Amino acid sequence: MAETWRDGGFGLYVHWPFCEAKCPYCDFNSHVVSHVDQTRWAAALVSELVRYGRQTEGRVLRSIYFGGGTPSLMAPETVRAVLDASRDHWAWANDIEITLEANPRSVEINKFEGFAMAGVNRVSLGVQALRPDDLRRLGRLHDVDDAVGALDIAKSTFNRVNFDLIYGRQGQSLTDWEVELREALDLAADHLSLYQLTIEEGTAFWDRAQAGKLRDLPSEDLGADLYLATQEICEAAGKPAYEVSNHAGPGDESRHNLVYWRGGDYVGIGPGAHGRVTVNGQRSATVARRAPGDWIKAAEAGSGDLEIERLATQDVWAEYLMMGLRLSEGLDLDRAREIDPARAEALNLDPLVDLGLIWRAEGRFGATQQGRLLLNTLTAELL
Amino acid sequence: MTDLAHIRNFSIVAHIDHGKSTLADRLIQLTGTVAERDMQEQLLDSMDIERERGITIKANTVRIEYPAQDGQTYVLNLIDTPGHVDFAYEVARSMHAVEGSLLVVDATQGVEAQTLANVYTAIDADHEIVPVLNKVDLPAAEPDRVKEQIEDVIGIDSQDACLISAKTGVGIPDVLEAIVKRLPAPSEGDRNKPLKAMLVDSKYDQYLGVICIVRIIDGVLKKGDRIRMMKTGGTYDVDDVGVYRPAMTNVKELGPGEIGYLNASIKQVRDTRVGDTITHEKKQCETPLPGFKPSVPVVFCGLFPVDANDFEDMRDAIEKLALNDASFTFEMETSAALGFGFRCGFLGLLHLEVIRDRLEREYGIELITTAPSVIYHLYTKDGERRDLHNPADMPDMSTVDHIEEPRIKATIMVPDEYLGDVLKLCQERRGLQLDLTYVGGRAMTVYDLPLNEVVFDFYDRLKSVTKGYASFDYEMIGYREDNLVKMSILVNDEPVDALAMMVHRERAEMRGRAMCEKLKELIPRHMFKIPIQAAIGGKVIARETLSAMRKDVTAKCYGGDASRKKKLLEKQKAGKKKMRQFGKVEIPQEAFISALKMDS
Repeated sequence: MAETWRDGGFGLYVHWPFCEAKCPYCDFNSHVVSHVDQTRWAAALVSELVRYGRQTEGRVLRSIYFGGGTPSLMAPETVRAVLDASRDHWAWANDIEITLEANPRSVEINKFEGFAMAGVNRVSLGVQALRPDDLRRLGRLHDVDDAVGALDIAKSTFNRVNFDLIYGRQGQSLTDWEVELREALDLAADHLSLYQLTIEEGTAFWDRAQAGKLRDLPSEDLGADLYLATQEICEAAGKPAYEVSNHAGPGDESRHNLVYWRGGDYVGIGPGAHGRVTVNGQRSATVARRAPGDWIKAAEAGSGDLEIERLATQDVWAEYLMMGLRLSEGLDLDRAREIDPARAEALNLDPLVDLGLIWRAEGRFGATQQGRLLLNTLTAELL
Repeated sequence: MTDLAHIRNFSIVAHIDHGKSTLADRLIQLTGTVAERDMQEQLLDSMDIERERGITIKANTVRIEYPAQDGQTYVLNLIDTPGHVDFAYEVARSMHAVEGSLLVVDATQGVEAQTLANVYTAIDADHEIVPVLNKVDLPAAEPDRVKEQIEDVIGIDSQDACLISAKTGVGIPDVLEAIVKRLPAPSEGDRNKPLKAMLVDSKYDQYLGVICIVRIIDGVLKKGDRIRMMKTGGTYDVDDVGVYRPAMTNVKELGPGEIGYLNASIKQVRDTRVGDTITHEKKQCETPLPGFKPSVPVVFCGLFPVDANDFEDMRDAIEKLALNDASFTFEMETSAALGFGFRCGFLGLLHLEVIRDRLEREYGIELITTAPSVIYHLYTKDGERRDLHNPADMPDMSTVDHIEEPRIKATIMVPDEYLGDVLKLCQERRGLQLDLTYVGGRAMTVYDLPLNEVVFDFYDRLKSVTKGYASFDYEMIGYREDNLVKMSILVNDEPVDALAMMVHRERAEMRGRAMCEKLKELIPRHMFKIPIQAAIGGKVIARETLSAMRKDVTAKCYGGDASRKKKLLEKQKAGKKKMRQFGKVEIPQEAFISALKMDS
C-alpha cells in the first residue's frame, strides 16, 4: 500500500475527557468529575505518546491539538509535559500549529497566559451562540459578555483564534442567523467553525427530540437556506468555506484538521482518542479505551489502546473520499489512483458533474457548493 | 385389507378458522392414531407455511382405526383438502375420492361464502353430509340460528347436527359415531377385478421422489406391481404401498375402498396427472375413470431476484418447487427495470403468495414481485387471437381490433351493516350485480366482476371495509370485450416496464393519478427532481414531481469521527442496493407492488 499519508501531513491529537458540565448536544467522550490528578494524567499521556513515537520515528510534526472534553481544564504544566515529550520524539515543523479548545469562562481565561507559555499558539473557543437564550438552551455555562471578553484576551495572547458557533437552532429564522453571523464576523477571529445543529444519538437533545420536546427545529429547506446564506456572508467577509463547516482566509485554515481531511497520519492519545498511523505501508486505525478510569490504568500498564484495526485498501479509499470531499480544494486524482487503482478507474464522475454536484479540474475533483449540501448521499454514491 | 362395509372415506368442508384442522387433530388424537407425545397442532399440514397461515395447500390423508359402539372396528380415511378458492378445482378432485363429508360450521359465525362453494362441490360429488357445529362452548355460539341457516342457505337437514368444541374435545365421540352410522361405505369394489385406482394427488418428497395418493376402486395394489397410468401412459414399478397414520406406514396391499399412497420412483409431479386411472400393466381395467382437466393458471406476475447474482439460484429453486406443483407455470422474462427473472402463472393470489413465500423462506432468495395480471385475449385487425400474459408485451394499439378480459362470478356473504360498502367496492371495480338475497341478518350478493380488478387488492379491501366479516368466493365465467388500454408509468421520463398495467379506459386517469401519488411517496428523494407520469400511448394522463433532496450533510467530521461516519455511509450505500436502478433513479423494491394498492 502506498504511503500517500505524507501528502496529508502528520499531527498529534490529545484528548482531555473532563468537563464541568455535559452539554445537551454533545456526543463527544466527556465526563464530569470533581478532581483530576494532573500529575498522574500527564505521565500517562506522555507514556502513550512515547509508545507511538517509537513507531513513527523521524517524522515531522505539523500540528498538535488538545481536544475534549474541556482541555482548558488541563493544568498548563500538563500541557507542557505533553508538548515537551512530543518534541523529544518528533521534529516540529517550523510553523507548528498547537491548538487548545477552551470555554470562554473566566476560570479558563485566567489560564491562557500559562497555556501560551507552555507553547500553545492557537485557541478554539466554544462560543456556540451570541444570544443569551440560545446559550442557555444549549446548556452553556457562559454568557455573551464572557464570550466577547474571552475573545479579546485570546486575540492578545495567541497568534491565532477560532471560535465555534452552532446555527439552525430552535426557532432561529434566516434573518436572525444572518444578523448574528455578521456580528460574529465583526468580532474578527481569523477562523470560524459554523456547525448546523445536529441531533446526535446518545445526547440529551436526542432524547428530547425523540420525546417530541425539541420544537421549532429548522425544516430541511430552511436548513439548506441557512447553509447557503452562511456561505455567501462568509465569502463576502473574506472567510470562504474551505471545508463543509469551516471558514478562514487563505493561510488561516486549521492545519491540524487539514491533516484529517487530506488523509494524513495522526496519532491519537487519551481516552477514546482515534488515530490513523501508517507503518511500513500498512495504515491502521487506533482507538483508545473510552472510560477515563479504564484508560489510565491500561496506559500505565503499557497501552491505552482498545483496538488497532489494519485498514484494507477499500477502507483507506473510502476515508480518503469521504474526508476529501468535505474540502473545497477537493481530492487529487493521482493520489486516488495510488491508493486504489481499480476503484479510481471505476469512479464514475460524469453523471454527477452533469448534475452540477461535482467539479473536476487540473487533476483534482471535489464537491460543488450544491454537492456539499448533499454530501452524505453524494459520497455514498461514489463509494 | 378391510372389507368395504368397515370402511368410511370422508372429507371435511369448512371455512378458514372454523376449525377443520383442529377437528382433524382431535379425531386423530381420540382414536389413539398418534401417541400423545407426538401430538402437535395441525398434524396434517406438513409445510410451515400451511401451519402458519392455518391453511391447507396440498391434499393430505390420514387413516384412523375406530372401534365403534357396535363393537366392530372401522377404518376411517380422511382426505384433508385445501379450503381456499384458489384451489377450488383441487377440492373438487379430492371430493371424488370419498363418499361423504363433514360440514364444519363455526356456531358463532355461521355459513361463509367459502363453505358454500365447497359444500356445493361435495353435493355435486354425491356426498352424504353430516353437519357439525363447532365452538358451541363459546358464549357467542348460536347453534339454533346456525342450524336454521344451514337449512335455509344450503338446504340440508341439520336437525341431527353434531354439536362440538374441537378445542376442548366435547362432542368428538359423537362425530366418530356419525361418520360410521351416517356416512356410506364405498358402494362398489371387487378385489378380483383388474386394478382400477384413482390418483387423488401427488407430492414430491426429497428423499422418496413423487408420492401418489390413491383411492382403490377395484383390484389390489401391492409392492412390486408394474403399474400403468392410463392417461399419461407412464409405466412404473411400485416400490412401496402404505397408508398415513399420519406418518407414512407401509402395508402389504391396498384393496377396494382403501386410500393410501404409492411410491414408484416417479421423478416429478409433472409426470403424473391428478385424476388419472392407475391399473396394472399386464391386466388392465377396461374403462378408465372420467378424469379431470388439469388446472390452469389464471394470475400471472413477474418474480425477479433482488440481487441479480441470485438468478441461477432462483432458477434452481423454481424448478424444485415446480417438481411438487404442476399447476404453477414459469418462463424466463427479461425486464429493462428488473433484469432477469421469471413470468409465473398461479391458480390465484394465495397460490402466488405461497410460492413467493416458499422461494424466499425455504430457498433464501429475496424477490421483487411485479403487479399481478390476468390473461387478456387480443384480437388483431387480421382476425387472429393472441394471449397477453404481460402488459409489457402489449403490441401497438393500431394493430389491435379489440381486447377481451376474463370475468368471474363472485359470491360475497356479509353482515347487513357492511353491505353498502361491499356494493360500493364492487361497483368501483366495474362489477355487475347478479343477485342480492338476505338470510338471517346476513346478505349474500353475487357479482360479475373483471378478474383483473380482483387479482390485486380486492380481497384486502373487502376485508378492510367489512372489518373481516365478509367471505368471498369466485369462479371463472369466461371472457368479455371491454375498453381496455395499456397504461405506462414513466419515472424521470423513462417508461418502467415492470409498472405497466392494463386498465379500463374510464378508470385510467384515476388509477394513473393514484399510481403517481403513491410512487411519489415510495421513491426516496434523489439529488435531482424526478417527474413521475402515467401515460396511455404517447399521452400523459397524470403527473407528479418528486422534488430534489435539499440537504444531507454531516456538520462535523474530524479524525475521531472517521470510522463511525464511514460505517454510516456504507450502511447508506447498502440501503441503495435494496433498490432497483432505473436510469438514474433508484426505486425501492416494494414500490413495484405497493404502488398498485388503492386506498380509497
